[in-house]
Amino acid sequence: MSASSSLPVSSPSSPHLHLAVALDGAGWHPAAWREPVARPRELLTAGYWTDLVTEAERGLLDFVTIEDALGLQSSHVTEPDSRTDQVRGRLDAVLIAARVAPLTSHIGLVPTAVVTHTEPFHISKAIATLDYVSTGRAGVRVQVSARAHEAAHFGRRTLPPLRIEDLDSPAVRELTTDLFDEAADYVEAVRRLWDSWEDDAEIRDVATGRFVDRDKLHYTDFEGKHFSVKGPSITPRPPQGQPVVSALAHATVPYRLVARAADIGYVTPHDAGQARAIVEEIRAEQRAAGRADEPLHVFGDLVVFLDDDPAAAAARRERLDALAGYPYTGDARIFTGTPAQLADLLQELAEAGLSGFRLRPAVLGHDLPAVTRGLVPELQRRGVFRQSYEADTLRGLLGLSRPANRYAATA
Amino acid sequence: MSSTSQDKPRKQVHLAAHFPGVNNTTVWSDPEAGSHIEFSSFAHFARTAERAKFDFLFLAEGLRLREQGGKVYDLDVVGRPDTFTILTALAAVTEHLGLTGTINSTFNEPYEVARQFASLDHLSDGRAAWNVVTSWDAFTGENFRRGGFLPQEERYSRAKEFLTTANELFDSWHGDEIVADAQTGTFLRDAKAGAFVHQGQHFDIQGQFNVPRSPQGRPVIFQAGDSDEGREFAASSADAIFSRYATLKEGQAFYTDVKGRLARYGRTRDQLLILPAATFVLGDTDAEAEEISREVRRQQVSGATAIKHLEFVWNRDLSAYDPEGPLPDIDPDLGEHTIARGRAQVRMYRDPLATAREWRELAAANKWSIRDLVIETGNRQAFVGSPATVAETIDSFVQADASDGFILVPHITPGGLDAFADTVVPLLQERGVYRTEYEGTTLRDHLGLAHPDNVRDERAAS
Repeated sequence: MSASSSLPVSSPSSPHLHLAVALDGAGWHPAAWREPVARPRELLTAGYWTDLVTEAERGLLDFVTIEDALGLQSSHVTEPDSRTDQVRGRLDAVLIAARVAPLTSHIGLVPTAVVTHTEPFHISKAIATLDYVSTGRAGVRVQVSARAHEAAHFGRRTLPPLRIEDLDSPAVRELTTDLFDEAADYVEAVRRLWDSWEDDAEIRDVATGRFVDRDKLHYTDFEGKHFSVKGPSITPRPPQGQPVVSALAHATVPYRLVARAADIGYVTPHDAGQARAIVEEIRAEQRAAGRADEPLHVFGDLVVFLDDDPAAAAARRERLDALAGYPYTGDARIFTGTPAQLADLLQELAEAGLSGFRLRPAVLGHDLPAVTRGLVPELQRRGVFRQSYEADTLRGLLGLSRPANRYAATA
Repeated sequence: MSSTSQDKPRKQVHLAAHFPGVNNTTVWSDPEAGSHIEFSSFAHFARTAERAKFDFLFLAEGLRLREQGGKVYDLDVVGRPDTFTILTALAAVTEHLGLTGTINSTFNEPYEVARQFASLDHLSDGRAAWNVVTSWDAFTGENFRRGGFLPQEERYSRAKEFLTTANELFDSWHGDEIVADAQTGTFLRDAKAGAFVHQGQHFDIQGQFNVPRSPQGRPVIFQAGDSDEGREFAASSADAIFSRYATLKEGQAFYTDVKGRLARYGRTRDQLLILPAATFVLGDTDAEAEEISREVRRQQVSGATAIKHLEFVWNRDLSAYDPEGPLPDIDPDLGEHTIARGRAQVRMYRDPLATAREWRELAAANKWSIRDLVIETGNRQAFVGSPATVAETIDSFVQADASDGFILVPHITPGGLDAFADTVVPLLQERGVYRTEYEGTTLRDHLGLAHPDNVRDERAAS
């Protein structure tokens, strides 16, 4: 079966690839901060983040994501480490995005929000406000946390200690299913809150003295297993109506979250065959969720080491691995090579059904400019990437229309 | 012989700006009134405040839309941005202005709030402040995971423990942990950076805080409650009070009361600033300002608004009454207050029967309609006059210890501060009681407050 025959479910169709970069600390390699181009003492400054996002915007990228977590970074997936040789400490991702928003004009801003320990009401208005301060460029990447030590930072629920080797046990499956179901509820509550004001609710009718038409404000009345949210939001409907919701997914349970609730899923295939299989699974879940006719992007995540000489990229990876003391691996495929080689790979993966990519620069100071000044011109030469920003909103860049309000009378 | 007042050094006036809020002080019907939600309005307002060398911008917050008679209250501005997000965005368009956010201690958790304030402080290079407020009502709770979980009598105990816990998180990093030595490969000096354990009545949490120490160490702490408990909380824990007493006599009484409580906590009088909210109206002459003041107060109280305000006291549906007619002759409903929700204001009327009686007598004696009554008994603007009059009044109030300065509340968004910045501020500067340039970079610098590191060092040394 060809890739295109599995597409009609509803990939937003575009001859162009969509490109995002994932920003985290000094880069995705644990030793990235030790490179001369890194600015490890500036990771908590506005200037550092402004420079990164400005560089991404220079490359006409669709958006940046900003990593976050409600605990210190760790080399272990599920528990803290006591390492002192890697970047530790970070700023709130939503606030980094807000700080950068007034200084950029086209690029989308997609901070991470951990949904397990936070309030849908707060996140809803925070992302709506990010959409206001960026005039329509906000998104959010929702993330669950199954980490027991992060739960202890809040003291509101107790999660069992989780070991990576137990991931397939029934108890852990039940826990993760519950956390992802909660995430889907969370996104539903957030989306209802964004719609809880109709676009024309503010009327300023001097004759009757009414600032709003309260018939256009709606209770969200969300009730789920873990929370209920009455609404309406205290923040009016944001410029995009619905800011873009995204999630990273590696297995069926999170694919289901993507299929039910997201506009973009980030997935981690290591080759075209895996990409095709993942896309098909997500499309099937999408149909099962009754969203077959809604656009849903599936982006591939790749860690990238980019150099004009492929040997240089490979050598850089080896050197960093040696500094780190172990070979860096992770969920996503690690690419080392030239911008032209990466362009080949992206086109091949796109053939398999991916509509875009979220690149994780191994060293931000090196590989982000290599994306914007090397990869992007290469993709432009091939006619598969934009020559200039064609829209003012993130939804616009992603080919998503501004959605109707679920509460608005359609009569 | 010099008098006492001449011996006393002249106090410097502190000024700040409150973004116009969601009550009837804000005149949205004015042709000059702009958006209350677009970023351009906030940016305009913040830039004006910074041009005027103000200490900070202040944002209030309410976590549920107000309702009256079971419906969303629609006569005032409705809708506001998320506090942290808008303040952090404003850090991008200002350089010196402090950024004060009102954040509730009931419907938040310390770990999250602490990382948000620490992040704001980093991203603004040391300009963050937190107005710690409490609420308990189940009405607001309906928007949150735990619902209305907190008994009213525990709200200050939770607020105090919330602030204590947040301070423990802020202090869990000392500021020297990040070495980032690429040669040796040491990023952190201490693997235990950020470690904390807090076990208390309201919070039982432990782990590692993940935001390294911010430029101010801790955000500047504001308190706004007026009850005895609130004043005590401020005296023990706050750096500044957002008070409601902007008149000379009330201001002096409050100032004396609260500053008098500081010694009990081993604090000096300059460690807590008292900054009342103050409305103002400017005119070319005092007479013109008086004229505008009357007009603004009529704009602030439409007939519909007057009826709604009467309902705060009567606790009944009064929509059948004519605002241009006489006051209701029925008495207030003394049962549980149910008519207006999400409003602190209704608690001000502790004896509704007496208030109703007093208002009926006033209206009868002056031949006032309902609307006239509400306008006349409502607060007159704190400062009304020519720029010279207003500058002199502000200065004299501060010198007379009615306050340490004022948080100005303009009635027009976003331009309501412009004239003040252009006309009153230069006169205060001429009087030598107001800065002509920012001397420091952090909000603590502007307010003359010590860096909390110093406090800690002194304790360690003593």
